Amino acid sequence: MVEITIIGAGVVGLCIARELRDRGAHVQLYDRGGAPGSHSCSWWAGGMLAPYCEAESAAPEVLRLGGDAASWWQHNTGLVQQKGSLVLSQHRDQGQLRQFARRTSHFDHVDRTQIAELEPDLGDRFSAGLFFPSEAHICPRATLTSLHQSLLADGVDFTQGERDPANSAKSGLTIDCRGYVARDVLSDLRGVKGEMMMLSCPDVSLSRTLRLLHPRIPLYLVPRGNGIFMVGATMIESSASRHVTARSLLEMLSAAYAISPAFGEAEVLETGVDTRPAFADNLPRIQRHGNLIQVNGFYRHGYLLAPAFARRVGNMIFGTNQQEVPHEHSA
Amino acid sequence: MRDFYGTKLANGLMLGTAQYPSPAILAEAFQRSGASVATVSLRRESGTDRAGQDFWTLIRDLGVRVLPNTAGCHSVKEAVTTAHMAREVFATKWIKLEVIGEADTLQPDVFGLVEAARILVEDGFQVFPYTTEDLVVADRLLNAGCQVLMPWGAPIGSGMGLNNLFGLRALRAHFPDTPLVIDAGLGLPSQAAQAMELGFDAVLLNTAVARAGDPAQMAEAFAAAIRAGQLAARADPMEPRDMAAPSTPVIGKAFLS
Repeated sequence: MVEITIIGAGVVGLCIARELRDRGAHVQLYDRGGAPGSHSCSWWAGGMLAPYCEAESAAPEVLRLGGDAASWWQHNTGLVQQKGSLVLSQHRDQGQLRQFARRTSHFDHVDRTQIAELEPDLGDRFSAGLFFPSEAHICPRATLTSLHQSLLADGVDFTQGERDPANSAKSGLTIDCRGYVARDVLSDLRGVKGEMMMLSCPDVSLSRTLRLLHPRIPLYLVPRGNGIFMVGATMIESSASRHVTARSLLEMLSAAYAISPAFGEAEVLETGVDTRPAFADNLPRIQRHGNLIQVNGFYRHGYLLAPAFARRVGNMIFGTNQQEVPHEHSA
Repeated sequence: MRDFYGTKLANGLMLGTAQYPSPAILAEAFQRSGASVATVSLRRESGTDRAGQDFWTLIRDLGVRVLPNTAGCHSVKEAVTTAHMAREVFATKWIKLEVIGEADTLQPDVFGLVEAARILVEDGFQVFPYTTEDLVVADRLLNAGCQVLMPWGAPIGSGMGLNNLFGLRALRAHFPDTPLVIDAGLGLPSQAAQAMELGFDAVLLNTAVARAGDPAQMAEAFAAAIRAGQLAARADPMEPRDMAAPSTPVIGKAFLS
């Protein structure tokens, strides 16, 4: 049996562990916290599986590699919400909506009535939008926890503690999935700060991701069920990750309020901030140096791209003919 | 060409560094346009513990002159603090001074601008003030020690082009020796060409390039337009007139009915 050490139990480390375990490897996972948690930036993510929307500003690879993500997650966790995404703008920003439409695909134009049918609680507030029916979302925390549990059940060892990738590689195949922490060995990695907040607002019921286009503060809102919503996320060229700034809080709350004034009564459950790891092209990379494989740079596309990159790592280690990727047979 | 605090620029394109899809595309936009100046805005939070270092390194690696920007500052104090931080980070005396006075139009608070300019000039900065086309404000800024003026074309990020042609012409005519840069509001290369045809020395833009579907190609288009406008201005354009003047004489032409 192939013995593999993975360092980092964020979304990338866990996806790779799942993929390698499925191919018969014995996987040992090291993590600062011992299990998925608030110390990894994927804990704070939106969990949008929205390759067509992301194509508005992302490289074509994101669309190509992220297309299968929802079925991978559904196969491995069963937690995918396949409700589509709804892209909206306020009346004065209709130009933004036209531009978004020109740069994306796989959507339907929806008018005031259709928007109200999709999301009754929006009422007639928005006159035009774009609906991407094939997109999906997941709850990152439930998803990471589910993946953790299934890996434990399949005999993957989780050890709490730091582990130096270079040292580990001396004794066996090691995959470094530490995100921005790996900046010490990846000098071209940069940090992009993201801030988010969780709101509780039982008065509002929404079933899908809403993106609010705005020239200054494009933000999104993802329903987590039970009247809880995640609002995110800022994108700031900074590696600071201590607290959310007042300005960002104002922007996020304004976006929520613009979507529905009922959010004015919401309770703020939590705010979060962390550092996305990114390379200059904002695309992930797999780099191999002998026994050490570094997988990093997922930027804002961890959940969308980790499955495809986990498969690539599997192919790199086992060769492409080892086993068909199982999720492609699931429906 | 008029120089900017003693520096002659290779061309009239100053390009912002925000809002690009990725730093790789940002770098490509600079390569294809040959922009001579990169403006970069600092957020105060990124200055603490130099948390913005990763990005600043990318900007320095562009290999062009950096013009730090006090973007988003709404008070004199904020702008002065940010300017000092920028000087330390980028080791330059140049500072693009923005003091925003109104949240919706982001138009400059010209009173705060003059005050901040005076403070920064005394502190040894070479100030590039983001101002309106107002002649009196321009005069005050020059008196405060500014040697460059950066009037807006239209509100920041609006893409509306040159909103007040009369005002901009008047500014150019009143201050023939001062380097003038159109800063903000441009959406299309034709508008940049127009600014250069009016005799402006450079244009500064960001959104029009960064938010284009193909930023690098749009940057190249702006560079070409700026070059065209500059060549035209130096070529002494003809005066428009309201009567047709055939370029071939009519007399002597064989016309038969």
